[in-house]
Amino acid sequence: MLRYANPANFLRLADALIPWVGGLAALLALVGLYGAFFVAPADYQQGETVRIMFIHVPAAWLSTFIYGVMTLSALGTLVWRHPLADAAQKAAAPLGAAFTFVCLVTGSLWGKPMWGTWWVWDARLTSVLVLFLIYLGLVALWRTIEEPSRAARAAAILTLVGVVNLPIIKFSVDWWNTLHQPASVFRMGGPTIDKSMLWPLFVMALAATFLFLTLHLMAVRNEILRRRLRRLSIVAAADETPGHRLDLETGAAR
Amino acid sequence: MGALVALFVREVRLARRIGGGGAMGVVFFLILVTITPFAIGPDLNLLSRIGPAILWIAALLASLLGLDRLFQSDHEDGSLDLLRMTDTPLELIVAVKCLAHWTATGLPLVIAAPLFGLMLALDGPALGGVAASLLVGTPALTFIGAIGAALTVSLRRGGLLMAVLILPFTVPVLIFGVSAAGAASGGTVPFWTPFLALCALTLGAMALAPFAAAAALRGEG
Repeated sequence: MLRYANPANFLRLADALIPWVGGLAALLALVGLYGAFFVAPADYQQGETVRIMFIHVPAAWLSTFIYGVMTLSALGTLVWRHPLADAAQKAAAPLGAAFTFVCLVTGSLWGKPMWGTWWVWDARLTSVLVLFLIYLGLVALWRTIEEPSRAARAAAILTLVGVVNLPIIKFSVDWWNTLHQPASVFRMGGPTIDKSMLWPLFVMALAATFLFLTLHLMAVRNEILRRRLRRLSIVAAADETPGHRLDLETGAAR
Repeated sequence: MGALVALFVREVRLARRIGGGGAMGVVFFLILVTITPFAIGPDLNLLSRIGPAILWIAALLASLLGLDRLFQSDHEDGSLDLLRMTDTPLELIVAVKCLAHWTATGLPLVIAAPLFGLMLALDGPALGGVAASLLVGTPALTFIGAIGAALTVSLRRGGLLMAVLILPFTVPVLIFGVSAAGAASGGTVPFWTPFLALCALTLGAMALAPFAAAAALRGEG
């Protein structure tokens, strides 16, 4: 495992894995979508719109899963100061924002025919919206601080602050919501889902997870290459200035 | 201990001298309270109903105002490096700086809030509720804000980024603050439930935020 913490080894591993993981994601998505459109019946209350669930629920699951991935990477950054953890963190943030966005949009599209409105200040919607804002804040932080290792440390701290805060936000939003409006209107059809709907849902959730893994591996690979490019351009710039030579490994002048 | 007291006095003195941080915050607070009726109309019944919420949002934005300078000026003139070299843990230094910042900018907001509440046609209990909830709630805003201030300390024009980073985390404080303020003037929720939750949030922020902010400041060095 630790062998792949070396960026060069990781690049080789990622190159080998990406076609397989991506292919698996595509295959699972095909099976899942077939199940969602042709096997699963329309809901007796919600009609055909229930099929939005097969995109919406996997996106919602990934919006929290990706935060978990970022938290582990943040620990890697702060505890081991590992560049690969930095890259994993940086690559996960926009993906998390994207999946959360998909979750919000599909939820909104589902809400219009079911609840008669695009948006309600329901506890769950509101917490996901706050999560989306936290993702955007992290992306903004990454883009603002130029030096990669400093940006990684700052983002890691903010990610961990978010981990502590997310349960508090969830709890307080739930409390606020029960205070302000009754939950009865916005309850879904029923708590139990029929098996014919359940298996396509699971397959779609797996497909979404593998899609994330593919995109994440590709983004980490890009980040490693981007850092390498940055270092090389610094060296090249230093070489052009007479009397300055830079150490290739550390980027420090010698 | 003596060093911490000296630091506290220094911070308050600096805050008072440079651009009157506290007074500026109160003026900004007043402006926010003033423009809200222009946006929603001068209906006193409506204003008194949403008055606590207006005051809380205004206080939230006003307390963000000076936060970006919490560590920035010390970072620029090098005194932050000197503070880091002392034997006093950086976490304690951050906590003292936050307390001083709150005394200079948060406390004036709390004192001014009942006066501005009168302009929004709040009655006695509501005024007391807003003042009490702001008194225990605004320190949490300062301490949470310190994390954002520390993360953006070396950035030029980090103020907007700081607001984007911090505001999602202030959601719980706002929720319990507004409901405590609202519960004081009647309602279905007893006053103490949200008020104690607000106290808990403030104590939690005071205990944990200095560690995050100090870690962020160390990352700068």
